[in-house]
Amino acid sequence: MNSYRLGIDVGGTHTDAVILDNAYQVIAEVKTTTTTDVSEGIYKAMKEVVAASGVLASEIDFAMLGTTHCTNAIVERRRLNKIAIIRIGAPATLAIKPLTGVPDDLKNIIGKHIHIVRGGHEFDGREIVPLDESHIYEIAKEIKGQADSVAVTSVFSPVSTAHEIRTAEILEEVLGTEIPISLSHEIGSVGLLERENATILNASIVEVARSTADGFVKALKKEGIHAKVFFGQNDGTLMSVEYTVKYPILTIACGPTNSLRGAAYLSDYPDALVVDVGGTTTDVGVLIDSFPRQSSLAVEIGGVRTNFRMPDIASIGLGGGTIVELHEDGSFSIGPESVGYLLSEKGIVFGGNTLTTTDVAVAVGVANIGNRELLAHLDLSVLKKVYARMIEMAEATIDKMKTSADPVPVILVGGGSILFPAQLQGASEVIKPKNSGVANAIGSAISQVSGQIEKIFKTDELGREQTVALAKELACQEAVDAGADPGKLVIVDIDEVPLSYLPGNATKIRVKAAGELLDNKLVSNS
Amino acid sequence: MRLIGKEEIENIAIGAALLGTGGGGDPYIGKLMALQAVEEYGPIQLLNVDEVPDDALIVPTAMMGAPTVMVEKIPNGEETVQAFEALESYVGKKIFATMPIEAGGVNSMIPLALAARLGIPVVDVDGMGRAFPELQMVTFHLDGVTATPIVLGDEKGNSIVLNTVDSVWAERIARSATMEMGGSLMMAIYPMDGRTLKQSGIPNTLTLEEKIGEKVSQAVKNNEDPVQEILELTSGHILFKGKVADIDRKTEGGFAKGTASIQGLSEYQDQECKLHFQNEHLLAEVNEKTVCVTPDLIAVIDSDTGIPITTEGLRYGARCTVIGMPCDPKWRTEKGIEVTGPRYFGYDFDYCPLDELLAKGEN
Repeated sequence: MNSYRLGIDVGGTHTDAVILDNAYQVIAEVKTTTTTDVSEGIYKAMKEVVAASGVLASEIDFAMLGTTHCTNAIVERRRLNKIAIIRIGAPATLAIKPLTGVPDDLKNIIGKHIHIVRGGHEFDGREIVPLDESHIYEIAKEIKGQADSVAVTSVFSPVSTAHEIRTAEILEEVLGTEIPISLSHEIGSVGLLERENATILNASIVEVARSTADGFVKALKKEGIHAKVFFGQNDGTLMSVEYTVKYPILTIACGPTNSLRGAAYLSDYPDALVVDVGGTTTDVGVLIDSFPRQSSLAVEIGGVRTNFRMPDIASIGLGGGTIVELHEDGSFSIGPESVGYLLSEKGIVFGGNTLTTTDVAVAVGVANIGNRELLAHLDLSVLKKVYARMIEMAEATIDKMKTSADPVPVILVGGGSILFPAQLQGASEVIKPKNSGVANAIGSAISQVSGQIEKIFKTDELGREQTVALAKELACQEAVDAGADPGKLVIVDIDEVPLSYLPGNATKIRVKAAGELLDNKLVSNS
Repeated sequence: MRLIGKEEIENIAIGAALLGTGGGGDPYIGKLMALQAVEEYGPIQLLNVDEVPDDALIVPTAMMGAPTVMVEKIPNGEETVQAFEALESYVGKKIFATMPIEAGGVNSMIPLALAARLGIPVVDVDGMGRAFPELQMVTFHLDGVTATPIVLGDEKGNSIVLNTVDSVWAERIARSATMEMGGSLMMAIYPMDGRTLKQSGIPNTLTLEEKIGEKVSQAVKNNEDPVQEILELTSGHILFKGKVADIDRKTEGGFAKGTASIQGLSEYQDQECKLHFQNEHLLAEVNEKTVCVTPDLIAVIDSDTGIPITTEGLRYGARCTVIGMPCDPKWRTEKGIEVTGPRYFGYDFDYCPLDELLAKGEN
């Protein structure tokens, strides 16, 4: 019996869907417009791609969704949970209250219940002061019926989780187990304000994630697809529906990650720069061992500063639909405004009257779509200058993302990749893989399943190297238990926090391993 | 005297980052503390150094400990209040005003937050006119002012008055107390009277920071290059323009040391600039010739954003302008050079002022 997988990626302009067979060959691909109600577009793309593939619904065993639902909810400030924010850290931390620096429009929505409680830990694991449990009981009673999601952040919880866990117990005791509780140590690392912000955002989008997941599962069932459902996350690995509903913030940058991972797969280059040219922007990211390079700087989501591990992406306002303006004196400007998905109506080569970057690429002979004759009235020498400037913009961004001066392979993907030529400065070669228009959906479909462990090790016993090796082994086992192929595992993340208050050079190690999904049908026929 | 509020704080933070010469840490937390304090307690009085009575007690405040602890265990804002109270009862005199010890990062912001909270003025002065890594690298030290009595205060309400025989002992005891008290705390240090401050301080530092910040914010808003305006305000010179080609970092003795190589662009095409740093930028070389060295100031400005880049923020590919600025004349004295000159930092050559170096280069 055949086994297929469905991959869907929702982007700002397009929703893409692909069906792959178990050798990851593309059977069918579909590109539809992202709808205002994002779910509609997903169902449409899903139906179309299944129909186009000729595959039976019963043969689709895995369905992967990379979606912007959660990102949009934060950026648009819509459908957010009514949250309560609890910070454990007084008497420390009072000089900067929760949500400081968060834009007012968002603060007005999520800042209704803010509490700072006595407790938290020192860097060495001692208590700053004991946790004020009676205060937590009071807060729990106060927010009962008022808040439907709670964010809890304690000082130095990456070193000691005790106060966050005790707080969650008290909240459950009073509020019941139905109210989701986001604990900061499960979400971020050291850096209180940024970790707290990420935890608050997570608590705010729990409901959006739940309804999106439910909707997707229902829609699949309606089509007769009884697949195992996964969501894509920032690091290019998959999470189950249950996990997604608990940690929705982890879906926040899956779009760029999927595009990078898809590009790596399509081109077979594990180390390269990926230039993803969309309708409005060009995003440049870096692949290291087939995974995106993570940003080392604070990342803002919807104006909120977090310390989340996100792919390091440089974005410029230069896409296939970017508007070009020619001025009377021979000067010109490029973007950042774009006609977006209306390119096929508004672009001059398609019979419209807005000059876009795509028109310019056609004029200079790099792209070959639409009707070139329609550009005859424009001064080619000016368009050549515009095109040279477009290339400069892309090359400067490529150069900025490189870690050294040596030329590297550049993979061009995305619908707008026709803008660029086969040679770029700083690139050892330029690769335009087949199916590159739907690299995102492919990245979603080929995503790997992961397993994570977090444990305190005494590094004195085995030595640091051996301890880390042991931690990796345990993480790999978790990944295999989650359904990964034991033969194809990689370690995607390691985080070490030394715990100087414990004897024996105790270190908390967090390791995440990932591998391709093992197809049970091929192994056991079950 | 004038009042300063949120906008001034934002600008001072930018200017302080520039005069911080790449060091002084991320001013983000300090800025948020100052902004919240102004929101809660109202605007801050900024005093010109001439307005300080000769016999008034002025006490700078700063953070002590690991910045990595401070980003997790945010201060509560009362630490220095207790430290000030302890100091007042120890010396038997009211504190008239506070001031920053240095320009740059967290420590330019903490006195502002404290002043708002206590309702006392901040004096428009500091002890470096830039940032330096060690406690004795202040102009007060050059004039024989001692750092003690130092008072340490933590968020739990503990405070310790250190009255040590010398500053080496002060540093030693303060370090171990800091660990015991939770890794990051606030201190009151170099208490002095108005007369001494007028003689030994570097005046108008906050106003200069604010002006720089104003020009930079304006330029960023209009998408213009702020470098020319910065040079006018600081009597500075462009040393180099290019893009960061390589960064070599190591942590040694608690300091972030390293070298950044910058490849020339436009009129500096085919030339190379090397920046050597230890928390702060200390030495700039162009084509292997020294063009600026400590105690003169070296700053790196991001050509894309117009914002000063810290040494931690330097990364490959960043397009930047390197500028040199003359230090305060107090640093150019024999003692000043002994405390902060190239030989103190382990470079085997004598200090030469920025303008002389540039004049030599042109001949």
